[in-house]
Amino acid sequence: MTIRIEVESTQGIASREVLAKASTLGFSGIRRCGVRNLYFLSDPLSAESIQRLCASLLVDPVTERAEWWDENQEERPAPDAGVQIVEVTYRPGVTDLAARELERGIAELGLPPVRAVTGMRYELEGELSQEALRRLARLALCNETVQHFSFGPIVPHFATGTAPDATVERVCLEGLSDEALLRLSRERLLSLDLAEMLTIREHFAALGRAPTDVELETLAQTWSEHCVHKTFRAEIDFTRTDAEGVTVKRETIDGLLRQYLRRATEAIDAPWLRSAFVDNAGIIAFDEQYDLAFKVETHNHPSALEPFGGANTGIGGVVRDIIGVSARPIATTDALCFGPQDVPLDELPEGVLHPRRIADGVVAGIADYGNKLGLPTVNGAVVYDEGYVGNPLVFCGCVGLLPRGSHPRAPQVGDLIVALGGRTGRDGLHGATFSSAELTHETSELSGSAVQIGDPITEKGLIELVEAARDERLYTAITDCGAGGFSSAVGEMGAELGVDVELARVPLKYPGLRPWEIWLSEAQERMVLSVPEEKLSRLAELARLWDVELCVLGRMTGEGRLVVRYEGAVVADMAMEFLHEGLPRRRMEAQWREPAAPGGSPPEPGDLNEMLLAMLADPSVASKEGIIRRYDHEVRGGTLVRPLVGPEMDGPSDAAMVKPLGTWHHERAFVLSNGLNPLLGKRDPYAMAVSAIDEAVRNAVAVGADPDQIAILDNFCWGNPTYPDRLGALVRACQGCYDGALAYGTPFISGKDSLYNEFNGVPIPGTLLISAIGIVPDVERRLTMNLRRPGNLVYLLGETRAELDGSLLHKLLKYEGGQVPGLPEGALERYRLLHGAIRRGLLVAAHDLSEGGLAVALAEMALAGRLGVEVQLPNNGLSPAEVLFSESNGRLLLEVAPEETEALEELFEGAPLVCLGLVTEEPTIRIGMNGNMLVDVAVEAAVLAWKREGQNGVTKGSSGA
Amino acid sequence: MKNPTVLILHASGTNRDHDAARAVELAGGAPRILHLNQLQEERGAFGEAQMLLLPGGFSYGDALGAGQRWALDLELFFHDELQTFVASGRRVLGICNGFQVLVKAGLLPAWEEPTGTRSVTLAHNESGHFECRWVHLAVNLECRAEYLREMEELVFCPVAHGEGNVRVRDEATLARLEAEGLVAFRYVDAEGRAAEGAYPLNPNGSVGDIAGLCNAAGNVVGLMPHPENHVTPLQNPLGGTRRLGLALFKAMLNRM
Repeated sequence: MTIRIEVESTQGIASREVLAKASTLGFSGIRRCGVRNLYFLSDPLSAESIQRLCASLLVDPVTERAEWWDENQEERPAPDAGVQIVEVTYRPGVTDLAARELERGIAELGLPPVRAVTGMRYELEGELSQEALRRLARLALCNETVQHFSFGPIVPHFATGTAPDATVERVCLEGLSDEALLRLSRERLLSLDLAEMLTIREHFAALGRAPTDVELETLAQTWSEHCVHKTFRAEIDFTRTDAEGVTVKRETIDGLLRQYLRRATEAIDAPWLRSAFVDNAGIIAFDEQYDLAFKVETHNHPSALEPFGGANTGIGGVVRDIIGVSARPIATTDALCFGPQDVPLDELPEGVLHPRRIADGVVAGIADYGNKLGLPTVNGAVVYDEGYVGNPLVFCGCVGLLPRGSHPRAPQVGDLIVALGGRTGRDGLHGATFSSAELTHETSELSGSAVQIGDPITEKGLIELVEAARDERLYTAITDCGAGGFSSAVGEMGAELGVDVELARVPLKYPGLRPWEIWLSEAQERMVLSVPEEKLSRLAELARLWDVELCVLGRMTGEGRLVVRYEGAVVADMAMEFLHEGLPRRRMEAQWREPAAPGGSPPEPGDLNEMLLAMLADPSVASKEGIIRRYDHEVRGGTLVRPLVGPEMDGPSDAAMVKPLGTWHHERAFVLSNGLNPLLGKRDPYAMAVSAIDEAVRNAVAVGADPDQIAILDNFCWGNPTYPDRLGALVRACQGCYDGALAYGTPFISGKDSLYNEFNGVPIPGTLLISAIGIVPDVERRLTMNLRRPGNLVYLLGETRAELDGSLLHKLLKYEGGQVPGLPEGALERYRLLHGAIRRGLLVAAHDLSEGGLAVALAEMALAGRLGVEVQLPNNGLSPAEVLFSESNGRLLLEVAPEETEALEELFEGAPLVCLGLVTEEPTIRIGMNGNMLVDVAVEAAVLAWKREGQNGVTKGSSGA
Repeated sequence: MKNPTVLILHASGTNRDHDAARAVELAGGAPRILHLNQLQEERGAFGEAQMLLLPGGFSYGDALGAGQRWALDLELFFHDELQTFVASGRRVLGICNGFQVLVKAGLLPAWEEPTGTRSVTLAHNESGHFECRWVHLAVNLECRAEYLREMEELVFCPVAHGEGNVRVRDEATLARLEAEGLVAFRYVDAEGRAAEGAYPLNPNGSVGDIAGLCNAAGNVVGLMPHPENHVTPLQNPLGGTRRLGLALFKAMLNRM
């Protein structure tokens, strides 16, 4: 009973893309690839209706043509001889936005309602064995996590109704051995340890009954690492040893979060801090009227399996964190860690997508969601390292603006608990490990996968609706549905008062979900609000206006219990106190062993010109333009320092500056920057942490942020913390966070940890992303990093030491050893002076020194400005390689007009500021020392190396989906 | 007219409505943003507005082609109001997604064509993906929207789209667009010379470097780039105070 409509474009872009991918993957012999969009309708329509549908919605008469068949009446003709077919559709339950829009369009046209499914058809001509075709389909045409394919006409699965399923299981814990309890935890994917299982058993034994599956799942979610950060709250026995393993120090740590991160924030006690660690996002003051909220999340595992959907929903999730503090999202960031893009396919571990496919998909996923929400993606980082081949990292950040005092946090007894947004399906049950033993074959057929495709348009409606509801003060509390779905959103919101909710009211994507599945579903684009009864009708009216679905789940009871019902029957009834306070605190072992002293001295860098060009072409340093231009960084009209700067608009900006729409009556703006250096972390996580903080701060200050108004966020991505060495490294990083935050006076306002990032027992390089948000007092005084004018002088601010361990130079020389960069003395004071100089208008450009040190920073300023530079480096007892490539913290290069040098030098008297040389008309980068020319490179050569045409960023012509 | 009311339409997924409202305000207009759902209940809003603006975004996610479903909405629910509005000579501006809608709804270039056929469209960028970059635009001094000629200089502003590639059915269509003065804007280089298809000056591969179109009466104008994102010099990535996109809004609101 199916109509099949095929639409082919005459533009040929999709064909080109397939051929390019196939050729990158080494498939030769494909001569042609036809690509068609497929639309399936569940029920027949008249020929006239189908023609109308095609003309109104499916076919562009200029560039497309369509064919259709009523598969009931006739089979689609077989292709010509020599043409091989691959057809792809989404798996049942995976969001298919085009199908949904088609169904709505059909209704709008007044045609009889039908179900729709969309897909793709590839018609390949050439020499391809069946096996090669299968490989090509898997590697380039279909992601089997969310899609399936067939060699020939595919059979679409229309969502069909199954009966509602009210099954609630009682899980007997009594009499189970320790081993059996752990097995139960494992088999049900509860991720609870023995102490936790025993606590639960004891609790229910005292009640004289067994927990229901709803209760057990709720506890597992609420007590999960993701929700309560067990590792960051655990008491830790920390042992530090020297390189030989001799104990240097033992101490007990009273929780990483409490002892290092929160304590730093409390010690700094910034007057402009509005909310740290308690809300879904950190909040700081912006101006007299508004506050800024900032949050960064990770979406690593989903992005490894389904890069597009994983990154897509990563942005969606962090944007909801911002909506969840009643803020209007206004900008996004992303930092990405991928495996090297040129890893040969046959060297990839089994079950791992190629890093290039991951990068393509992740970038497309971020672009799709951010662009469609109308949020500028303004700041980020991309790092490539072998350590991320099996486990990429995707950090998604979002900033929001809210009127001060507009975020209510006080639900009242009797308030209604209201869910807004998308429908609930089996999406993301138990996160990434979906294949639960208790799910039947049928459920997995009907289920959404662990990874979803996002629905940015529904989220856009939520943004608009919540902003309107906030302004009319229609709710008393709000939170987003993230991990754990309703169970954690409702459980947290009602933690003080208690709740009584009815799951049968929840709008479902398809029937047949059991109560625990509805309760735990991680379906995207949902928010939960506490709403006074008298405000409901107005909220419902606004929800209709913004096309957002609304449902009343239940009420705040004031009885301190979590009561969950399904069609009236109680399926969970627990004391909120046990749910939120019952979790026993973990005690963990951690060990840190100093890295071994280097064997032998580092190899010589060889030709310094070539080394500099190699550094510029290193994927982690090289231009990210191919990625950046896929993101809208202009929407909302407030991006005043962009990710790409200079006369050709292609130089690497230190940070982004944003002026929020609606605040143009004053001169303030804010800056977003980040620090990320996993190379350093491999040598010493402490150095990684202090360096990341310094990097984030100096980047922010370089474009114009006030160093005394910068807040930071921590995002740790780490391996399995139950191994003492992984946890020991994490402790070191947290110690660095504490020392770094205090040294710069930058409070942590929010953070997140993603642990257990391991592949086949090998952890990722422990990675800390520091994201900074800083206030700019005067947008007129903003700076960019490109050289501006010949004749201007170039100064180096800060001290260079022989700090090359963990540097880009050592990476390229494949050497480990020496000194890692430390916390520079007096850096904050130096940044304050620098900010003073910027405010007085003494500078015309500034650029921070990071990977590749002075040489790379100087080259970047020159290539961004398309101007030359000629400098002499001071002889301070360091070798040329150390002076050129050392990665000491606290350093920036400044460009100054000749008439301002006197004032500048006076301002910085006593500070480590030294004039290096001149900006030149002649486009060469010349660096000398002691009368020797160390580097003499044409700017054009630097541009070419840095742009690595066709090698960096995303696959040319790829939409990545 | 003092502070003419500009009705800015919002379909689910529209996102540059507030950017456009700011531009309208700075140009001396009074913006009013209305969601299509509101507009259905307040049809009088068409009558009260002096100008209509369809802003940028991803209406309905552009899931079935850019602007396709919004165009269908207009045809099904607001056909008469729109026809009346356009026939009255009041001005209509479509930007990016709004331009795509005007073309797909047949309001640009507004030729008499049998239902289900069109000669002009906005197809996928030649690069095959969304792109965000600044471009230079020149008004076509031959175009039927004569008031645009008041814009004395080029406009420098960003594009941010994946489907901005002006495609025509055949050579004759392009010739007719040119001959009838329906090309409103072209992509040019910084000196105002034709881009001649060269990427990235012409960022999407549009035929004839066409960045925007108008109708024969000159009162309906659409373009892919975003003049509303360059309304103050602070937004100019190259510094300088000229070539503001604001000039377009001023011209549209002038002598109505």
